[in-house]
Amino acid sequence: MYQFSGKLKMFSIALIILGALGIGLSFYNAPSTAEEAMALVSSNDHGDGHGTSHDTVKKDDHSTKEAHHKDEASKDDHKTETHSTVAVDAHDTGHDAAHAEHVLHQMQNRPWSAVYVSLLFFLGISLLVLAFYAAQRVAQAGWSIVLFRVMEAITANLVPTSIIMLVLVVLTAMHSNHLFAWMGEGVFDKTSENFDPIVYGKKMWLNVPGWVMRSIFYLLVWNAYRWFIRRNSIKEDTANDGYKTYKRNYNVSVGFLFLFMLTESMAVWDWIMGLDPHWFSTLFGWYVLATLLVSALTVIAFVTIYLRSKGYLPKVNDSHIHDLAKFMFGFSVFWTYLWFSQFMLIWYADIPEETTYFVMRFTEYKTLFLSMLVMNFVFPILLLINSDFKSRPWFVVIGGLVILAGHYVDLFIMIMPGTVGASWSFGIPEISATFLFLGIFIYTVFSAFAKADPVPKGNPFLHESEHFHYFNIEHHSEEDNQH
Amino acid sequence: MSSSKVIHAFYNDDEVVLEAVKKVKAANHHIEEVFCPFPVHGLDKAMGLAPTRIAIASFMFGITGLGVAIWLTYYTMIADWPQDIGGKPSFSWAENMPAFVPIMFELTVFFAAHLMVITFYMRSRIWPFKKAENPDPRTTDDHFLMEIEVHDNEEELTSLLNETGAVEINVVDKH
Repeated sequence: MYQFSGKLKMFSIALIILGALGIGLSFYNAPSTAEEAMALVSSNDHGDGHGTSHDTVKKDDHSTKEAHHKDEASKDDHKTETHSTVAVDAHDTGHDAAHAEHVLHQMQNRPWSAVYVSLLFFLGISLLVLAFYAAQRVAQAGWSIVLFRVMEAITANLVPTSIIMLVLVVLTAMHSNHLFAWMGEGVFDKTSENFDPIVYGKKMWLNVPGWVMRSIFYLLVWNAYRWFIRRNSIKEDTANDGYKTYKRNYNVSVGFLFLFMLTESMAVWDWIMGLDPHWFSTLFGWYVLATLLVSALTVIAFVTIYLRSKGYLPKVNDSHIHDLAKFMFGFSVFWTYLWFSQFMLIWYADIPEETTYFVMRFTEYKTLFLSMLVMNFVFPILLLINSDFKSRPWFVVIGGLVILAGHYVDLFIMIMPGTVGASWSFGIPEISATFLFLGIFIYTVFSAFAKADPVPKGNPFLHESEHFHYFNIEHHSEEDNQH
Repeated sequence: MSSSKVIHAFYNDDEVVLEAVKKVKAANHHIEEVFCPFPVHGLDKAMGLAPTRIAIASFMFGITGLGVAIWLTYYTMIADWPQDIGGKPSFSWAENMPAFVPIMFELTVFFAAHLMVITFYMRSRIWPFKKAENPDPRTTDDHFLMEIEVHDNEEELTSLLNETGAVEINVVDKH
């Protein structure tokens, strides 16, 4: 049995405290009045290059305004594309005040968004590990049985992240933040100057009660399955009932996978695509699924490599690592395929309400946007294409770190443009939020791993998994790892 | 060496033939060839064959395909007969690159796959209308055949092969 070492526990608690302090600090530092926000912006103008990019957005607002005059028909397209439209609309009455208000909201959003990005990243990874695990059960895969307890342990992180998500959903619905533009005041009110006909047309889906109920429903479904399968997987070890428990787990996993595909897509519409309420993409659910799946597989590989290096997974051999790395490689390509499919269709069709999404990301987030493609596609391809490299933990860790960073950035530029717009930065809020959730992750995952036998003894495919040997590679570390 | 006598040992299980190959190799005999109805994982390693270089060839073919695609899209769409792509008449290859990615991808795969198969056939000396080399039609159905050259050690080999679980052993003259 594995024992959660005191050192690691201290480390995770330190991360949690550090993260919580940092997040508290960034909430405290967020401006509370429009004057403070403008003062921050003007002080930034002298500092980094960020203020300059902010100016471009101002200019964009003006040019949008001009186009707006010329072409009344396209009025709706330009209105309220992001928060920035508030500024555009209020131009006549006083651009500066409205603009300051808008910048204030963006700056107040920043600590929220920082927490939100990390939260969705860790929640999504735990969820996708759960889905991958369910897929292994449904496929009756033979190779992965010795990794089952690692995957189960990672899914334990679904519980705290779901609770935090629930709190965040409730706070958002109570208008504690301005993350979702469509929840703003007067967006659905035809007499209001903030009235947004496009969002109004989507009111069947985009309404606060529905949003909250759906969010709770997703979290409930995922956590119910996790609770059930974890309990029954441990039961399998000692069940000895002619695989009745095993078959029930199979059936429930089939049901979960079906529900998962629906809820994952819908959750992503609600939680991420809703941040840009005018824009939509029909393959967004798949695209985020790919992002989170490749991250989830990387995390499985990391936890496995760590626990194996400590000698707690004696049954895991190089072929298991090789297979995880193959998945990392394959799903990196899959992610690129979906990312490009989404990008190319929008780029080619060149319809204004669709292209705004990429225009924003390509003007304000250019470095991140381009480096993400290198980190998520070019680097994994070159590093992991070689069969021998995939079974060396060292290479898998290097590749995995870049993949995880790349997909964090991917999520970052999915969320930030809709919440903080051009006022983004990477600093204390973002790092603290990552620390906080990493600390929670380490704490929950390793304490969950300590609670069950690392080998799922009751699984009928255990023998096959123990003897898994991909014919094309040598097992290097077998001699080194023997005790 | 003028000896053209070979011994043919038949097996009816892939696990058995794999073990047999290891034993024969351990006894320092040279295995000419093993004929199988399907690929046996690990057999090449057991026989001591050099690792395949077809992956490297395939990578080169892929790069070639990518190059051809870049040239093709540049020449046809930009240089020879400039075309307005998706309302973006910039006539620059780099700016219109996203439109060419599917072509680049497809030609990379096309070149890598087809040339790899052709390379494999050539290296294996297989071509249309070639007379089959396998010594016994049963090797295309449910038998495995190990071919070993005989150097006046017929009896020693026969007894060794019997030990390894051969179901039939023939000594034949090879032409």
